[in-house]
Amino acid sequence: MIQLLNLYKNFGKTRVLEDVNVLLKEGRITAVLGPNGSGKTTLIKTILGLVKADKGQVKVSDLVINGCWEYRKDIDYLSQIARFPDNLKVVELINMIKDFRPQETRENYLIDLFELRPSLGKKLGELSGGTRQKVNIVVTLMFDSKYLILDEPTVGLDPVALLRLKDFIRDERKRGKTILITTHIINLVNELAEDIIFLLEGKVYFQGTIEEMIKLGKSDDLERVIAEILTNGKEG
Amino acid sequence: MLRILKYSFFDLTRSWWNLVYFAFFLLVTFSLLYLSSDLSNAMISLMNIITILIPLVGTLFGVMHYYNSKEFTELLLAQPIKRKDIFLGQYLGLAVSLSAGFIVGLCVPFFMYGIFHSELFSQFIYLLATGILLTFTFSSISFLIALNNNNKMKGFALALVFWLFMAIVYDGLFLLLLVQFDEYPLEKFALGVSLFNPIDLSRVIIMLKLDIAALLGYTGAVFKLFFGSYTGVILSFSMLFVWSVAPILVTLKVASKKDF
Repeated sequence: MIQLLNLYKNFGKTRVLEDVNVLLKEGRITAVLGPNGSGKTTLIKTILGLVKADKGQVKVSDLVINGCWEYRKDIDYLSQIARFPDNLKVVELINMIKDFRPQETRENYLIDLFELRPSLGKKLGELSGGTRQKVNIVVTLMFDSKYLILDEPTVGLDPVALLRLKDFIRDERKRGKTILITTHIINLVNELAEDIIFLLEGKVYFQGTIEEMIKLGKSDDLERVIAEILTNGKEG
Repeated sequence: MLRILKYSFFDLTRSWWNLVYFAFFLLVTFSLLYLSSDLSNAMISLMNIITILIPLVGTLFGVMHYYNSKEFTELLLAQPIKRKDIFLGQYLGLAVSLSAGFIVGLCVPFFMYGIFHSELFSQFIYLLATGILLTFTFSSISFLIALNNNNKMKGFALALVFWLFMAIVYDGLFLLLLVQFDEYPLEKFALGVSLFNPIDLSRVIIMLKLDIAALLGYTGAVFKLFFGSYTGVILSFSMLFVWSVAPILVTLKVASKKDF
């Protein structure tokens, strides 16, 4: 279970998170939605300890994380932008990350799933954006951890890789993983997520199931409900 | 930390820029040694190149490396690794790979020239040591500047201004002060001021070791008396060491509180 309690964060004078209270239920897929700049990435980074909250607590598996780093062995985090040292080869990068985390890995399964075997000997600086994202998926998801945090995971992926990633996420859900995804693609949310956290200007506007969120609007389509909330939010 | 250092070192030593850096020192040292009739003269020319170029390259590589590996640093920060180890490993990877390029580029020509049998061998070691300490100093200061500035252009500009100040402006101001107050006994003051600029410090150490301090007149004599003495050598090297270690300690402190 991951829990955020009364979380506040300012960047200079800009308030990015304000009194955020969130509970990620075990074994479910939760999507964090919200317009650009609503605090999605900051929320994720606070869980990982990359951003330090001004006030409030983050609990991962009942442990308050303030200043700890060991708990991150339970988290696989796929970041939005993938850039690696240009002169290392793909296989060297995989070995390097494995070297940092002495845990069970399943890189071969992921390498085959995303057809990366021909690229293993190539230097990371020579790869295309899509292939780099596949490498990113392999190095971050190979640890089979309890929690998966995916920040815009589909960026740059071709249709086949996208399909495989979605199947992979579903399989992980079946295996009991707790998964957090941020995305702007509502189709992906409809296909995968069960719960939604909707952020608006750093506050939690809504937290609940997809069905509950749809009931908030006039339409029965999630995309239209979100558009409705955003328009009303701007008018309000 | 050692693991991060290892991979950072592998990545950087394979980079094209590091090869150019190594090739430059190789070529320049060979040319100076074999084209110049006097070993001492060749060393003075090398000293001038080392005290200007090493700080500049350290500064540029430091900021470039920090900004280029920013996203990768975030990936590392999300792993179960201490922050301190990540930044220390990346910095040492950079400083060690730059130093390696410099050391090999300098040593190969000098060894072929037969520096082991020369009476200037200890001076060669001083040249090498100051070059390494300057690499560590300027790459850590530029790392610190980049860490404090999310804006790349601002980071680059500040780092270059720092280099310009230490390499050129500092001496100008120093000279201006000496001229302005030339009626006062300024030798001790001049000595003190030199300690606070790593580039000046390196230059003075090498010049005194090459026995050309006489060129500096009375001040040179005071410098020789101080830097030539056992305490002088210990103090000047300690100061250079402080210059190379202090910025990275501050960097680690800043990094531990920073949001990424």
